[in-house]
Amino acid sequence: MIRIENLHKSYPIGKDSLHVLKGLNLHIKEGEFVSIMGSSGSGKSTLLNIVGLLDTHNEGNYFLNGELIEDLNETKAALLRNKFLGFVFQSFNLISYKTALENVALPLYYKGIARKERLKIALDYLEKVGLKDWANHLPNELSGGQKQRVAIARALATKPKVVLADEPTGALDSTTTDSVMDLLKEINDEGMTVFVITHEEEVAEQTKRIVRLKDGVIISDEYTATLKTV
Amino acid sequence: MGFLFDKDVWQEIYGSIRKNKTRTAITIFGAFWGILLLVGLLGAAKGIENGFNSMFGDFATNSVFMSGSRTSKAFKGFQKGRQITLTTGDVEKIRSEIKDVEFVVPRNVTGGQVIHGFKSGNFTVFGDYPFLDKVQKKKLTAGRFINENDINENKKVCVISTEVYKQLYDKDEEALGTYVKINNISYLVIGVYKPGRFEGSNNVHIPFSTFKLVYNKGDKFTWMVITGKAGSDIVQVEADVKLLIKNLHKIHPDDTRALRGFNLGKEIAKVTGFLTGMQFLTWFVGIATLIAGVFAIGNILLITVKERTKEIGIRRALGATPGKIKQQIILESVFLTLLAGSLGIIAGGGVLMIVDHLELLVNPTVDIPIVLIAYAVLVTLGTLIGFIPAYMATVIQPIEALREE
Repeated sequence: MIRIENLHKSYPIGKDSLHVLKGLNLHIKEGEFVSIMGSSGSGKSTLLNIVGLLDTHNEGNYFLNGELIEDLNETKAALLRNKFLGFVFQSFNLISYKTALENVALPLYYKGIARKERLKIALDYLEKVGLKDWANHLPNELSGGQKQRVAIARALATKPKVVLADEPTGALDSTTTDSVMDLLKEINDEGMTVFVITHEEEVAEQTKRIVRLKDGVIISDEYTATLKTV
Repeated sequence: MGFLFDKDVWQEIYGSIRKNKTRTAITIFGAFWGILLLVGLLGAAKGIENGFNSMFGDFATNSVFMSGSRTSKAFKGFQKGRQITLTTGDVEKIRSEIKDVEFVVPRNVTGGQVIHGFKSGNFTVFGDYPFLDKVQKKKLTAGRFINENDINENKKVCVISTEVYKQLYDKDEEALGTYVKINNISYLVIGVYKPGRFEGSNNVHIPFSTFKLVYNKGDKFTWMVITGKAGSDIVQVEADVKLLIKNLHKIHPDDTRALRGFNLGKEIAKVTGFLTGMQFLTWFVGIATLIAGVFAIGNILLITVKERTKEIGIRRALGATPGKIKQQIILESVFLTLLAGSLGIIAGGGVLMIVDHLELLVNPTVDIPIVLIAYAVLVTLGTLIGFIPAYMATVIQPIEALREE
């Protein structure tokens, strides 16, 4: 699903450049539940941005769903994001003046699905995350955990190939963290590839594969005990 | 352009505007004010123009009033200071000699005591032909003006101004059909009119023929109204007539005092020039305010783009192409300018209706084509100005927008 070969990324800072990713090789197959672990500055967010087509890489190859990503312009990137990727962010990133339902329906609007149809789909996904009764509430009327579940519903609505979650539990307490992780596990069980970035050990442990990143290089890549119990 | 008819596009715009009511209201106020000003001022200018026009009859723009006065130069054995009196012979001469003259209508004038019941007053009494109404439009509030029949039969009838009516009659008293005594002769009141701005208000009009008999004027009269033919130059006509009368009455050709002329056409031309200038100013002020208003919309949209960086970033991450984002912001701009324009036109119309209702101006109106032009200007400017914030919105990288604080 995602294959990265010798990926390099550096940011120019004045005359120098900051080398963030130093030749990563990573292969994530369909249906995997992977977490990227690393302290801040390890390059994990940069990796997610590149995988999420929000940023470009300098060197190496990136294959998304078997397709080599190159010469990406904004329009093309937007279409690929809409088609293949679903995002879940640390700070939820819901649009504050839209209801939960409208937020979930938004990516479907950009996909060009008719209003009635997309509201129906959106409601199905809200039901799936257990928030059907909250469909017409604005984000500020929801708790953190509820917001994140709305965001997950939004990420799922376009039936993406991969769900990318950037510190999905970063702004949540431990109880809600568990419920959000349970939800991610659940969608993974249904066959969705889930790619989580986190610095919390407890979160990473709930995924099936942990990739540890330090100073732009992968230092370990192992399957967790969780997998063995399944 | 198909997206213009896409319900979803508008729903998205309506959503973002509806959820930010205060911002929307403040945004559109400038353009609203601009078009309100434009409509209001154009209507007012039109109202003033209508007001002027209603004061004059159909021939007004082409007429000149002329009367004899005292000569200021000795000529052909005559001393200076001789009183010149116009005669009906002059009228015949003017009619036969000057081709561009359409009508020559004499008037007589005198002062007189007018009595009704126990009330009386000193007013100006005119001997007039019905034609006067065509030059100096009489706004009759009751009855009629002098007609041909009154002239032919030397009828003792009179038309009085509302000012005269107020002084001679009690409030709400019926004037038509009553008699007033002018210099001890009774006249039947056949009409009351509201005096215009270019005439005295204490006027009483009786038939020219009756005046001639009562005051024993013979061929002599005080004033005449001369009207040029359509397309003639009224200034030239005035000069020609003056030259002719100077010849007939043996007046020095350079004597500027012997004949007095009030060229209504020339005065109206001045007023018309003023009106044209005012209309130009109105357009200028209106359009300038409109442009400022549209710029304000662009400006505020630019600020909101900064403010909505995050939202735009989210939309981008969810798959909105730069084109979609651009389209939305431009359409928001166009929609806001149109909304402002519509509200401004409605409010401007409302103001004009109130002004009309209070009778401050005569029929203050704005033509539909002008409204349509204003609309077209708004849409064009709204689109153009929308490009700036739209461009700024696409410059924002989703990764920048989504960076966690």
